[in-house]
Parts: sequence; C-alpha cells; structure tokens
Amino acid sequence: MGIINMNNFKSLIAALLLAPALALSAGGEAKLDRAPINPDDHASLQRGARHFVNYCLSCHNASYMRYNRLQDIGLTDAQIRDNLIFTGVKVGEVMKSAMDTKASKEWFGATPPELSVIARSRASHAGSGADWLYTYLRSFYRDPERPTGWNNTVFPNVGMPHVLWELQGEQVLAETKVRADGYDKVEHVLKLSGKGTMTPVEYDRMVADLVNFMVFIGEPGQATRKTLGVFVLAALGLLFVFAYALKKEYWKDVH
Amino acid sequence: MAASPKEPVQFTGAGPLNAPISGVLTWVDQRFPLMSLWRDHLSQYYAPKNFNFWYFFGSLAMLVLVIQIVTGIFLVMHYKPSAAEAFASVEYIMRDVPAGWFIRYMHSTGASAFFIVVYLHMFRGLMYGSYRQPRELIWIFGMLIYLCLMAEAFFGYLLPWGQMSFWGAQVIVNLFDALPLIGPDLSTWIRGDFVISDATLNRFFAFHVIAIPLALLGLVAAHIMALHEVGSNNPDGVEIKKHKDADGKPLDGIPFHPYYTVKDIVGVVVFLFLFFAVVFYAPEMGGYFLEYNNFIPADPLKTPPHIAPVWYFTPYYSILRAITEDFMLVLAIGVAAYVVLIWLTVRDAKVKMAAAAIGLVVIVLMKGGPLALEAKVWGVAMMGAATLIFFLLPWLDRSPVKSIRYKGSLFRTALTIFVITFIVLGYYGVQVVTPVGTVISQIGTLVYFAFFLLMPWYSVMDKTRPEPDRVTM
Repeated sequence: MGIINMNNFKSLIAALLLAPALALSAGGEAKLDRAPINPDDHASLQRGARHFVNYCLSCHNASYMRYNRLQDIGLTDAQIRDNLIFTGVKVGEVMKSAMDTKASKEWFGATPPELSVIARSRASHAGSGADWLYTYLRSFYRDPERPTGWNNTVFPNVGMPHVLWELQGEQVLAETKVRADGYDKVEHVLKLSGKGTMTPVEYDRMVADLVNFMVFIGEPGQATRKTLGVFVLAALGLLFVFAYALKKEYWKDVH
Repeated sequence: MAASPKEPVQFTGAGPLNAPISGVLTWVDQRFPLMSLWRDHLSQYYAPKNFNFWYFFGSLAMLVLVIQIVTGIFLVMHYKPSAAEAFASVEYIMRDVPAGWFIRYMHSTGASAFFIVVYLHMFRGLMYGSYRQPRELIWIFGMLIYLCLMAEAFFGYLLPWGQMSFWGAQVIVNLFDALPLIGPDLSTWIRGDFVISDATLNRFFAFHVIAIPLALLGLVAAHIMALHEVGSNNPDGVEIKKHKDADGKPLDGIPFHPYYTVKDIVGVVVFLFLFFAVVFYAPEMGGYFLEYNNFIPADPLKTPPHIAPVWYFTPYYSILRAITEDFMLVLAIGVAAYVVLIWLTVRDAKVKMAAAAIGLVVIVLMKGGPLALEAKVWGVAMMGAATLIFFLLPWLDRSPVKSIRYKGSLFRTALTIFVITFIVLGYYGVQVVTPVGTVISQIGTLVYFAFFLLMPWYSVMDKTRPEPDRVTM
C-alpha cells in the first residue's frame, strides 16, 4: 500500500476521528449518575437479589431468568429456595411475579415492564443501562398531581410509585435560583424532605446492589464470557506467531 | 430388465485396498474431477505476487459467510419464528442453551463484520480498478452478492422481534407504499398482512434462512469462477498473463496454494482476534451491533422516538431522508446540468438525443407540477439508485490505467471525497433529523452521485502516469 496517496489516508482518518466527537455532542437527555457497581462482587449481587425479590418481583416479572441460575452468584439451590422464592415455585422455574399482569395494568395504567433485560434496554449514549437504573431509582419525588403521588426526574410522569420510599424517605423537587453566566436561572433540584429508614449513603449503596443484580440478570453468562475471552484471544495470539512464521518461511523466496 | 450392452468403465485396478491414499484419490478422480479442481483453483491458480493488505478481505468475506451459516444453523435449532415466542426464544438461547450466547453473539457480530469486510473489499476494487475489463462480470456478481447481503441483513434483523426489529421493518416495508399505483398493494403483499405481524416474521424467516443464503452461495461460486477464469487483478492493475515463462506460467504469478493460503491464514488469525475481541468484550459495540432498543420486545402500539437502521444501511437511509420536497428543484437542476454536460461534450447525436429525452422525462416527473411524483417516491428511487449505480462502474471509469497508483490527482481526490461522503452520510443516517443534518445529507447525496456520474469525464481528464510493465512488490 506504500504508494497510495497518504493525503487520502490522512483525511480519511480525520473524518473517522471526527465522527465520535460529533456523536458525543448530540446528547442532551437527563444527566445520569455513574452506577458504582461491580459485577464480580458476589455479596453485592446476593444483596441485590434479596432486594429484587422483596421489592421488584411483587409487580414485575423476570420471566427469562431461572432462579437456579443464581448459583452463578454463589448461592445454593437450598439457599435460593429458602430465602428468595416466595411464590412456591420450583428452583428451576423462572422469576415470575405473583401479580396478575391484567390486574397490574388496571392499577398502574400499564403492565410493569419485564425486567430480565431492562438493564440492557435502558442503555443509551447518555450512559449505560445501569447508570439509567441507578439514577432513576434515586430520582423519585412527591408530586400531588400524579395518581400515585410520585413523579420522577429521569422518567417524567412514570406510572410506577416509589416502592422504596420508606427506605429513601420523601424527596421534593425544589426550585432554586442559580446565577450562571450572568443570568438568573431556575434549576430543579431533588431535596430530601422526610427521612427514610436509611441514610442517603446507605440508600445509594442498596440501589447500587439492586442495579448490580439487574445487570447480572440482563446477561447471566457475562462473567463466563469475559473469562473465556482471555483464553480465546491468548490462543489466537499464539496462533498468530506460528501463522506468521509459516508465512515468512513460505514467502522467503518470493521476490 | 432389458439387456442393454453397456460400455464397461475402464478401471485401473487401483483402489482403496492397494495404496490407501493415492488409491482413494485415483478412485475418486475417475468419477469426479477432484484433482483438476484442486489444481485449477488452488495449487495451479496463479495469483499476482504483489497482493497487499487490501487483498485479505475476499477470503475473509468467505470466512464470515461460513461463520454466519454455521452459527445460523445452530440458532435455527432453538429459535422460534413466531411473534409470540421469538423474543423469548432469543433470550432462551442467550441463557439456557449451552454456549447459546456465544453462537448468538458470533452471529450478530458476524452480520456487522460481514459488511465491514465487504465494504473494505469493495473499496479495494475501487482503488485498483478491479472492476475494469475483463473483470466486469466479477464485479457484477460481487454487487449481486452485496445486494443479497443487504436483503439477508434486513430479513434477519426482524427475527429477534425487538422494538427496532419491528419498527425498522415497518419503515422499510412502508417505503414500497410510496411507489405509484401498486405501492399499497405491494407493501401489503410483502408483509402478508396490513401491519408487520406473525405472517411477516414467518416469511422473513424463510427468506433469511433458505432463499437468500441459497442465492448467496450460488453467487459466491459464480464470483470465484469468474475470477479464476480471468485471473486476479493486483495493486498495480497490470495483467500478469502478459509475461509468461516457458511453461506458460505467469512470471509475476505464484500458486495460490501454498503462498496465499498461508498468507491468508495470517489474515484470518488477525481478523478472528478482532472479531472475538468484539464477541467477548463488546458484543453490543456501543449499541451499533446490537441496538439497545432491541432489548425491548416488539410493541406495535409504541413507536420509538428515534428509529435508525443498523449502521451498515445508514448511508442509504441518509439519502432517502435527504430527498425532501424543497430539494426536488435542486435535483431537477442537477439533471438539467447533466444533460447540458452530455450535450456539450458528447459527439454522438443519438446519445445527445437520448440524454435529452430521458432528462426531460425525469425533470417532468421531479418538478412538472401535476405530473411530478412525490418527493418520497424519489427518495426511494434515489436510495435504490445509490446501491445499483455501483453496477455501472466498469463502464463509467474510462481512465487508461486501472490502479489508483497510476491515476492522477483528480481520481484520487474524487475517491477520497466519496469515501468521506459515504461515512458522513452513514453518520447522519444514525442521527435524529435536524435541519443542518438534512442539508449535509443533501450535499452528500449530490456528491455521492457526482462521483459516479461524472466519472466518464474526470477519469479521462485525469493526468495518469504510465503503468509499469511488470508488477512492483
């Protein structure tokens, strides 16, 4: 490729480099907090599983996810059966809510979304699905105009009530005047107006565990995938050495 | 049974029992041209010795085709082509089928890898004039493969039955609605229903797993047979068959096997390294290989706020969206200018008359008041034309040399601008429509077509350098 016009190449590369920069500037949705999650932290995942079956599974389904897959996060079948299954199903069955979907549609106006792959579907250029969930679950506030009494800054006019309010406490959307660039701007900020049973730090930690678990059920095989990948890439790296040497050997008399 | 005297087949006596390997080969060879196929296509197929980096992508495309077919077979074993079960069956593959996630990610990554490899393969053809005489048919077969690939990707994308699957198919099938007279009936006929539904999913499945792959395999065979008939081009664009040794072998040629088989193995290993890096560590590729919205099951009642096709279709999608009502005047002026150009520069009176007649009809259909077609129709037509215009390349390029190495700055600049335009169009095809984006896409559309339609002029005006007699390493 030596002779090919280097200028062509330079402009090509410049164009390629420019594209992502443009993509970044195209955002403009609600700012998302980074979810402090660690997919290798089994203790966090197990706490998340407990919160998930206690709070989420009352209304939502995770109907692609089998209970016994929780073995992957260090639980035994007996532990799963005794601590996490409230619906009396077998450990090999999927995580279904006890609530009837028709009834829930009547109560909330929409069937609560299926949660198996929610963490994957909520990803966007604004952040990962985990970031979205982490911010969303911490952004409920009191709104008397909503039928449930709750609204959310990440998901305006959301149908879901703030299930975790006793833990977090009540937030309100406060208007504060800020002076920026020489102008008075009204900014909406979430403020804690009534204390919950958890401190804000504890609540954030709890939501992070829950989100960590939802990321896990989005793709239970992801830990295997990442471990296996190392071996595959290492094997290919090794194969490259031999393939390259073979090619060199065959081609040494081609001039 | 009537006793018909038959000519007895001459057997040499060599058989599996005598000399195991050569015996079997002889036995097969008397019944099937095994050794001559091996010789003609591998061990005595002489390829130019100066292939560079860009020549890896042909064999890589074949590798990806094999990956797609093999992983596809395993996916079909577990996938359920039904609107009620499709989404869940994909998640079943991802969770409950042993190594199902691996097979599925290989297939989804393979789809994008196929287009990357094929786009680079086509770019190679553009750089070195691989479409020029006598390789026009190779190019045409290749373009047919590209069209099949787009159809295959489009049909396959509906199968996971996510929101993007559903609404993407909805948008594309609705394009046919725009066609005059037959449009609405045609789109209903394609869907098999009035909306994208179970019936649509079933027929798209049939096309994706049977019809298109069959066509693809046939075309790939034709592509390679045509290639091996005339021989490969090379980065210098000179014919190696002009200089042969006493045995009739090209002096600048080397047998494909073992030279290019061992070289392609290196390319394959590097490719697989990158491919598996994506499969294992970035299967969604930031939402470009697997779109985030497609993890939500298809919902005919909820239109996503932003529907974008997968990245490999976006340059054409940009062209489709660029054709707005107020752009029609610009297009009509462009057609008129093109007719004037032909009128001024072509001597043949018949060509002049034909160009004027066709130009007049097109302009009337674009801007002729009550006779004009809707901009939407032209959008579909231009999008179709943007893919089909590649077929004309062998006859549009009239440069005395094939390779970009000996072409002048005109062609080099044109090709560079074309590649940038293709990428920019692709970028804006992913984005939400904005006024600036539309204007840029419109300029991009004009540049895209100008690259092809003006080629007969600039490829002749270009200051080329003399080609070497023999290939350079």
